[in-house]
Amino acid sequence: MSTAVAQKRGLGAVIWDYLTTVDHKKIAHLYLVSGGLFFLIGGLEAMIIRIQLMKPDNDFISAGLYNEMITMHGTTMIFLAAMPLIFAIMNAVVPLQIGARDVAFPFLNSLGFWLFLFGGLLLNVSWFTGGAPDAGWTNYAPLSTTSPGHGVDYYVMGLQISGAGTLIGGINFLVTIVNMRAPGMTYMRMPLFTWSVFVTSTLILFAFPALTVGLFLMMFDRMFGSAFFDVGLGGNAIIWEHLFWIFGHPEVYILILPLFGAFSDIFSTFSKKRLFGYSAMVFATVLIGFLGFMVWAHHMFTVGMGPIANSIFAVATMAIAVPTGIKIFNWLFTMWGGQIRMTAAMLWSIAFIPSFTIGGMTGVMLAAAAADFQYHDTYFVVGHFHYVIVGGVAFGLFASLHYWWPKMFGKVLNEKLGKLAFWPFFIGFHLTFFIQHFLGLMGMPRRYWVFLEGQGLATGNLISTIGAFLMAIGTIIFLINIVYTAVKEKKADADPWEHGRTLEWAIPSPPPHYNFVQTPLVRGLDPLWVEKMDGKEGMTPAEPLGDIHMPNASILPFTISLGTFIAGFGFIYQVDDPIWLIAVFAGMGLTLGSMLTRSLKDDLGHHIHKEELEEDIKKGVGK
Amino acid sequence: MSSEDVLNPKRMPHDPEKATLEGRNKFLGFWFFLGGETVLFASLFGTYLALNGSTQGENTPEHLFGLELVFIMTMLLLTSSLTSVYAMYHMKNHDFRKMQMWLGVTVLLGLCFLGMEVYEFYHYIHEYGFTFRSSAFGSAFYTLVGFHGGHVLFGLSWIVALMIRNQKRGLNLYNAPKFYIASLYWHFIDVVWVFIFTVVYLMGKVG
Repeated sequence: MSTAVAQKRGLGAVIWDYLTTVDHKKIAHLYLVSGGLFFLIGGLEAMIIRIQLMKPDNDFISAGLYNEMITMHGTTMIFLAAMPLIFAIMNAVVPLQIGARDVAFPFLNSLGFWLFLFGGLLLNVSWFTGGAPDAGWTNYAPLSTTSPGHGVDYYVMGLQISGAGTLIGGINFLVTIVNMRAPGMTYMRMPLFTWSVFVTSTLILFAFPALTVGLFLMMFDRMFGSAFFDVGLGGNAIIWEHLFWIFGHPEVYILILPLFGAFSDIFSTFSKKRLFGYSAMVFATVLIGFLGFMVWAHHMFTVGMGPIANSIFAVATMAIAVPTGIKIFNWLFTMWGGQIRMTAAMLWSIAFIPSFTIGGMTGVMLAAAAADFQYHDTYFVVGHFHYVIVGGVAFGLFASLHYWWPKMFGKVLNEKLGKLAFWPFFIGFHLTFFIQHFLGLMGMPRRYWVFLEGQGLATGNLISTIGAFLMAIGTIIFLINIVYTAVKEKKADADPWEHGRTLEWAIPSPPPHYNFVQTPLVRGLDPLWVEKMDGKEGMTPAEPLGDIHMPNASILPFTISLGTFIAGFGFIYQVDDPIWLIAVFAGMGLTLGSMLTRSLKDDLGHHIHKEELEEDIKKGVGK
Repeated sequence: MSSEDVLNPKRMPHDPEKATLEGRNKFLGFWFFLGGETVLFASLFGTYLALNGSTQGENTPEHLFGLELVFIMTMLLLTSSLTSVYAMYHMKNHDFRKMQMWLGVTVLLGLCFLGMEVYEFYHYIHEYGFTFRSSAFGSAFYTLVGFHGGHVLFGLSWIVALMIRNQKRGLNLYNAPKFYIASLYWHFIDVVWVFIFTVVYLMGKVG
């Protein structure tokens, strides 16, 4: 432990530390806490939806509120829960896996987080100011352009701000992985998690600007009277759908790929074997990322693009099953003949394989354009995407959190409680969503407020709701586990799983804020395992002990983001009263002023001196 | 060695913008950023191409655009790209004064361009009543060209801020990458304009 952390500090100092931190490990904590909070909000919204659909003709919530619930559930879960939770893992792990002391742009890392948080807050403020967005998470025009009130305006501004944060994060990780790898860490020696983050970041870079433009056009239409989606003035509502899905389809791969990487690391560690087919896995990841950009229109088969366009997009979509299949088989072969240890992380990972495969299978069904006319906008689609997103992303997040929790917080999550959380969640998940495929095939449309008696949908929906409650119980047990672990569990070793293969397990849990006392020399794939097999205690250093250059903390990322938050309100309400333009100018002034300050004020960072490092080594950091 | 000595070496390296890790990170990160910007403008171009026929029967592209003005604007911006290359040339030869001078010329040309664009918009609105709200074509035109104009304005403010900030202290390894990526940004704006000139104005006039 570094000396700074060991000292007792006041609450104010801790808060200030987190407001200004540029340390990737602390930013990971921030992402985890805020993403976790939004996950709970999104989960609560899901429970309300399921209670409303528990029985025929229910009136638990009104139709309008129901529309707000489904919109906010989808938007929150995708943008404000899944993305930041993934960013939490990325931040906590990637610099450690490549042997770096921080990301390439620590300042931008912090900026990305605060933009995401303020965007998310702005979106959720809408609940208290007269109604949340209610046009579905896809926000199709003209439903969205004609939605009364300010709900959709909040959607537009909130996602614009948080989307900018995500884009910044993506660029940051790209440069980090290209430029900051330790000596010897070639591309084909990078752990699969790092590889998948690399591909994901590329997807973020090329997908998010399309959303940015879509949101700008929506903003102009709703707030400044332009006519992009207004058919009366020659506009075209389909443009929104294209822009949204040009972003939206890569987005689902942005969500799942990092967790594919995490699963690869977990399977390999807990099977005590190197990953089967490493190069094929890398190739498959890149191929999925590439094909992910070619398939967006499969969300739009019923729009009327014509048989040729539909066929091309159908075939491209089905092609993605090939690299994904490569991955599934490689995971199975990694476990084959391995010394498998059934930890909680491994349990979630193994459960992921059949769950995700079912989601992939229904995906290929949906890709058949002719059949899709039957499935489109039914519960079959709802079942499908929850199988891939919950069965893939949520399972993956739980697995990753169990696996890397000791590296993030210095304690291993309690294994018994971890497994206890898994079973209700796993059973509840299949109970909730498996039946929804059949409800969809029976004709139940998605996004409907009620279904009627005598339609044969009552039993299926009741089962689905019971499943949702089981998932909630699983989540609550997981939360209890976090508290229990923090209070009761003892400190973890550097390599708590004992078979750690990658660089992050070579340094203490949690690592000192400079990560590596000396940059490690990487001598092969799974570098720590290579050293272990050579009978060494830890990594061979690639440099002599010397001063370490570290970036300075800064409050500017916070003020830049706060400015966009204030300006967001201004943009939303200037439609009603031009006085709100003051908020636009004040907010943008704060943002641009902070950016100018950042550009003009030199920030050279600071050095940690050799003597301090020697002190730390005496306390046991270097091993 | 303190940071101060590291950033002001006795012999400046030939590529001062890439001499430090921070500089290399900025260089690469900015290229990635421009990749994202490319998608941003591609989306705007796509939208424009989808809507440029939606004129509601009045103020069509052929009717509105005058190629003379746009030609001059194109020449101004292309020249400004050239002058920013001169500035970077002098940066690599460690001649700070000349770099500042050529950046100054770049800014001047950029300002002329921006002034003419403002005039162009003013002209359309007051002579033809062609606004952001008059048709989907109007919305798409002002958004695409306006986004570019906004980029020009941002680029100008950025370069001016850098010039004033470093006026007294000259070039070092800390600010060299800043100048360099600002000039990259300026080139990108130029490239986008070439596409706007072709897709919006030339194709609007003869397409």
